Amino acid sequence: MTLTNNPAVLILVEQDAGGFSLINLKVMGAVERLRHFVDLQVDLLVVGKDCAAVADKAARIPGVRQVLVADSDSCEQQLPEALAPWLAKLACDYAYVCVGATTFGKNLLPRVAALMDIQPVTDVVAIHSACEFSRPIYAGSALARMRTDQPIKLLSVRASAFADVALGESIAAVVPITPPPPQHISRFIDQQQVQAERPELASARVVVSGGRGLQAGENFQLLYKLADKLGAAVGASRAAVDAGFAPNDMQVGQTGKVVAPELYIAIGLSGAVQHLAGMRDSRVVVAINKDPDAPIFQAADYGLVADLFDAVPELIELL
Amino acid sequence: MKILVAIKRVVDPGVRVRPLTDGSGMDIATAKMSMNPFCEIAVEEAIRLKEQGLATEVVVVTIGSQSAQEQLRSALALGADRALHIVTDLPLEPLAIAKVLHVLVQQEQPQLVLLGKQSIDGDHNQTGQMLAALCGYPQGTFASRIECKGDEVWVTRELDGGLQTLALKLPAVVTTDLRLNQPRYPTMPNIMKARQKPLAVIPLADLGVELQARLQILALETPKLRQQGIRVKSVAELVDKLRQEAKVL
Repeated sequence: MTLTNNPAVLILVEQDAGGFSLINLKVMGAVERLRHFVDLQVDLLVVGKDCAAVADKAARIPGVRQVLVADSDSCEQQLPEALAPWLAKLACDYAYVCVGATTFGKNLLPRVAALMDIQPVTDVVAIHSACEFSRPIYAGSALARMRTDQPIKLLSVRASAFADVALGESIAAVVPITPPPPQHISRFIDQQQVQAERPELASARVVVSGGRGLQAGENFQLLYKLADKLGAAVGASRAAVDAGFAPNDMQVGQTGKVVAPELYIAIGLSGAVQHLAGMRDSRVVVAINKDPDAPIFQAADYGLVADLFDAVPELIELL
Repeated sequence: MKILVAIKRVVDPGVRVRPLTDGSGMDIATAKMSMNPFCEIAVEEAIRLKEQGLATEVVVVTIGSQSAQEQLRSALALGADRALHIVTDLPLEPLAIAKVLHVLVQQEQPQLVLLGKQSIDGDHNQTGQMLAALCGYPQGTFASRIECKGDEVWVTRELDGGLQTLALKLPAVVTTDLRLNQPRYPTMPNIMKARQKPLAVIPLADLGVELQARLQILALETPKLRQQGIRVKSVAELVDKLRQEAKVL
């Protein structure tokens, strides 16, 4: 498989409802950072069913040596029970394996790692050298700077911490490889996609988030109205999810999604440390809360002490 | 069906923690400790499966210092039948934890292993997946719904883009997400009863697992705080600032 003796990195390409996930451009951004410290060839791996279009798009990422494609009916759902043993063998030819720290990457990478007897470094937010990385712990209350000298380094990277690369015109070689054999211990039943009326949280330019201050699930309608005006995605604090106001796929925070939009508007949201961990890299943060002592104000560029049920309708009016 | 639930003692989620000034660790020596919230959800689910007559025995295990017995007793008070305490003061990485749990799975032969999806201290989100790999079992991570169907467990998983349901052949490993259930509180009589339930204490060394750390923690650093901004007096002023100053509208 290895074309030269130079060390190489394998990026596990993620797919979403739209095919090629934009997260891959961030993962490549992290790999570019890694390449400041170590000369690396870059291979991409696309696994799935009828994934030629995804592979073609992946091939336009600049600086890629080749795109390996395993296309098979049995790979459609990319279940880790099939992928992990196969990947554990494939990964032996590489110095690094990288994937986004998404539910896809979090599900798959540790399973691969255990089969290789390797301790991965997950949720990487900073790369300091070829073997030193930082990752958040304690809900983002601290950054652990760690070193690993394992021969193969398995990393999941947090998209919000890295700049994305732009797709280019040059096309890397697309190389078909033998897909993993079918397995019989897990089976896909169904998938409910979130309706895509609004931009996705992870890639939205503007995010509007609500907390327990919304008081009830139906009051999130107010946030949806504001979001529609701004072309924004809607998020929620863990407290709001716990209270049943919003589904878990809207959760922003250490145990939910990590976002870094241009504009983050936190409404009726106290700003628990675990929430701040999920949005601290946003460029501009606005907080609207009636409690002047809410910790969210300490993280906000613009704070407005007001009752959200007055302020949000007025805001919608003025936009 | 026997269920094994792995739990962890962590700093209570209500406690604000920060790194020690020399970066050598976290300032948690006197902090209140609790069962990891995701582990509480795993214990609750196991007990519900037993109450529904689907599970015959719920065994809880923890790997940690002497004081972690407190969390095992909590799990027993919630309704677990017996506990295993693998005693060690070593800080273990997820791979090492998974190896220890693998030995226990071989000994106990549970049909279902339940774990929290991540602990709120290390935040790794790895142990369940690694345990499933070592056992060769299927995995249902980030579960928001669990349904036993014959020789399978159907698990609905919380993904970034929605919900996915998988059928896993038993034995299987399932990790729990927030919305799976709302854990109960223990009652006084059950807390008393829990003191009588069996709790086996096993020194880690007795399990003969290779536990060498693979990662070296160089320092724990305080993340850069966002600079505190300004207070605006009205919605109109806010919109004006966002347009003219921040230029995000």
